[in-house]
Amino acid sequence: MTQKMTLTVNGHQHKISVDDPDMPLLYALRDDLGLNNPRFGCGLGQCGACTVHVDGVPTRSCSLPVSAIGKAKITTLHGLGNRQKPHPLQTAWIEEQVNQCGYCINGWMMEGAALLKRNPNPTEPQVREAFSDLICRCGTHNAAVRAVLRAAKQV
Amino acid sequence: MGNLDLSRRTFLSSTGAFMIGLASPDVWAQAAKPSPLSPNNPKLLADQLDAYLSIDKTGKVDVFYGAIDGGQGLETSIAQMVAEELDVPLSSVRMIMGDTRQTVNMGGASGAQGVSRRGTSLMKAAALARQILVEEAAKKLRAAPADFVVQAGVISLRNNPDKRITYAQIIGGKSFQSNVRWNGQWGNPHDIATDAPLKNYKDYKIIGQSPKRPDLAKKVFGEQDFPGDVRLPGMLHARMVRPAVAGAVPVSVDEQSIRHIAGAKIVHIKDFLAVVAPKEWDAVRALRALKVTWSQSEPNFPTHKEVHAHIRKAKVTQRTIERENGKLEEGLAKATRVISGEYEYPTHSHASMGPGCAVADVRADGATIYTSTQKPHYAADGIADLLNIPRDSVHVIWMFGTGSYGRNDQGDATADAAVLSKALGKPVRVQWMREESLGWDPKGTASVNFCQAGIDEKGDVIAYELISRGFSRENVATNEGRASATLAGQLLGAKPEPKNTFNIPFASYTFAHNRVGWETVGPLMERASPLRSTHLRDPYGPPILFGSECFMDEIAAAVNMDPVDFRLRYLTHPRDKEAVRIAAEKAGWQKRVSPRRDIDTSSDIIEGRGIAYRRHFDTFIAVVAEVRVHRKTGVVEPTHLICAHDVGLIINPETLRHVIERQLVYGTGRTTVEELTWDRNMVTSLDWNSYPVLHMQHVPPRITVHLIERPEAAPSGAAEMALGLVPAAMGNAVFDATGIRLRKIPFTPDYVKAALAV
Repeated sequence: MTQKMTLTVNGHQHKISVDDPDMPLLYALRDDLGLNNPRFGCGLGQCGACTVHVDGVPTRSCSLPVSAIGKAKITTLHGLGNRQKPHPLQTAWIEEQVNQCGYCINGWMMEGAALLKRNPNPTEPQVREAFSDLICRCGTHNAAVRAVLRAAKQV
Repeated sequence: MGNLDLSRRTFLSSTGAFMIGLASPDVWAQAAKPSPLSPNNPKLLADQLDAYLSIDKTGKVDVFYGAIDGGQGLETSIAQMVAEELDVPLSSVRMIMGDTRQTVNMGGASGAQGVSRRGTSLMKAAALARQILVEEAAKKLRAAPADFVVQAGVISLRNNPDKRITYAQIIGGKSFQSNVRWNGQWGNPHDIATDAPLKNYKDYKIIGQSPKRPDLAKKVFGEQDFPGDVRLPGMLHARMVRPAVAGAVPVSVDEQSIRHIAGAKIVHIKDFLAVVAPKEWDAVRALRALKVTWSQSEPNFPTHKEVHAHIRKAKVTQRTIERENGKLEEGLAKATRVISGEYEYPTHSHASMGPGCAVADVRADGATIYTSTQKPHYAADGIADLLNIPRDSVHVIWMFGTGSYGRNDQGDATADAAVLSKALGKPVRVQWMREESLGWDPKGTASVNFCQAGIDEKGDVIAYELISRGFSRENVATNEGRASATLAGQLLGAKPEPKNTFNIPFASYTFAHNRVGWETVGPLMERASPLRSTHLRDPYGPPILFGSECFMDEIAAAVNMDPVDFRLRYLTHPRDKEAVRIAAEKAGWQKRVSPRRDIDTSSDIIEGRGIAYRRHFDTFIAVVAEVRVHRKTGVVEPTHLICAHDVGLIINPETLRHVIERQLVYGTGRTTVEELTWDRNMVTSLDWNSYPVLHMQHVPPRITVHLIERPEAAPSGAAEMALGLVPAAMGNAVFDATGIRLRKIPFTPDYVKAALAV
């Protein structure tokens, strides 16, 4: 049966109709809301390309049923900051020219931003630990670590 | 000079929508409006300067780059090359990449030739444009061309700067209508020549700088759209339905099984099977619910564990000796000692971060295709072939996408989308699933290297042989230019057209009697095989260099030489030797004969270092790996990789460093963890656990890149050459630490532990 739901994404409320309550949040964000930031990488919660913040917690939207969201606030990479008001991690990411293809970027930046929020001055091992469950096939791992450490100095 | 047809520029401005994060379906549809320009338009003929660049009334320069940027910064580096020769600010240059209606076919970024070939061609076009504009200025201002200088697109008299005219005033919005000498080739071999001289490198102002990449800011702010982000009115979402056993084809499909899913439909044409639905999740549900009766198939593959034994005993379909001097058999007969070694390299998937995804809109009057395939012009050829429609009616719009690093699954997904859109008469977005991307992408397949060397009584190496045997690297072509080269084409009945290709990286080691060559064996399955081979990043690098460069260390150990000294003795090209010497110097290389005897090798953690060298085109590289071997666990931990890299002229040093650092990380994964597994029936590496890739814990934490400055030498490529050295450098380091020679990739803890226990 079709259910009506309201999703709060990047500060805006969106009403959607859902046929299958088990539909992962990723499909609601991409297909119903037309948001392109979270990406489909594996659908198994193994890579991180679909990561968004759910009430500030980095979450793999490919594996979270949309019906489990409730009133939680969702933030995508687009909602982290923008050119006028960038998040310090976005600035650092550009300074370090971290990415190559950038397909994985949601996982790394959303995990990195969450780390800085709970620990504004992480050590290098702490950053590596925070990134331990992410995949990047371009090999940008060390550059991502450098970007978080650079951003930490500015937070 | 005539009037330039402005339609191309008008079209381009409408594609500005690509940059907007939340483009509406209407914007996408508008962006895709067929341009009046076609590949047959004279302005797009490859012997016309107008095919390569244009200058508008405001002085903005559009560069028509007929290849792609796989995420490694070619957009910026090539723009720098053009801006330099044209003497315009970099900010005024816009790169139009890989669009088949706006660029000529300059191939892929294949073999890391984006700068060396495509960039150099466009530089020559820019130099010619500058010359034409200065000559025109000279006529208008009545002075000799040599009396003018150009700065930021302003041509002025050297001795009287007030006498000036801008590029825009001369040519803005108009056509050059000037010829270049095109070599008549399309794709990778495409090149042009002109009589306009290029600048001396000493005068470069933009080349050699490190401007930041515009695409990265877009990616960081979530503004960069990929093909999967294209939404067209009425678009359907598709999932391909693949068999659980390779070679099986759908016999019957139960339509009732997906009846409960709103709008879900089956597309079943010959052996091609897909489900579509208006909503993406419904397409996934339909894929999962669909009941299919598959034909009986018994591929009886030798498994991934048996494949090297299979390669050893299979019938050789082609043997080619690539380089030979002296008489190997005589050299071996004269030798007082002959040593030999065999090395096995596994099968790898492209394992792209994003599974194949493309959007196709095929209509009666033409097809518009959104794809991030590595070779968009060939994709257009292939779609015309597949759909049996005129080539001119196919418009492929290339977009940034997931890193491809070879012919991954993007091109196959693009063909799928085209077939489905034609069948349904609606725009279709195809998204491959993770298991499909690993299971069904074209592979980089396994090989075995056979090496032997003859040493005379003085300890000189007088004979050397390297034969690499494996599957041809082109069971399917390296582009999707023919229907037969795609899964969709083969499922629809196109006869596979495999080729026998292989290659051994060149090295300047010189031995009196020398033979280097390859042997191919037949594919494990002829048609629609999940193990079909094609180019995977650095197709001949890691698989062969793992053997050849490890064996060089075996010979060095046999003649009691330090591995660096050994290479410096037998390499003959000065740039090869420099790369080796500098890598060793930057690594603080301590001379010794491996394995090391200066420490207690029975302790749990032992450190070692190894070197490997290669040349690829005119790029000269050496990598030193420092590793820790954990004897108890079998973990090989790379602690520091040091790379000396001579690419000739460096266009953008920061980008170059990044490209090298990232590929050394990737190369570490292809050394320590990656291996495709399969059983008798099908690939069993179907997710990121069963196809393990490098995670942060196993990334070398320190990577030092030393760029060798050779501005006088033509720029070569850099995007894949260094990674091929990681397996051998690490293998040599393990030998240095332990005295144990690792003979197969990947260096998993289980394998290393077993090797150490012997």
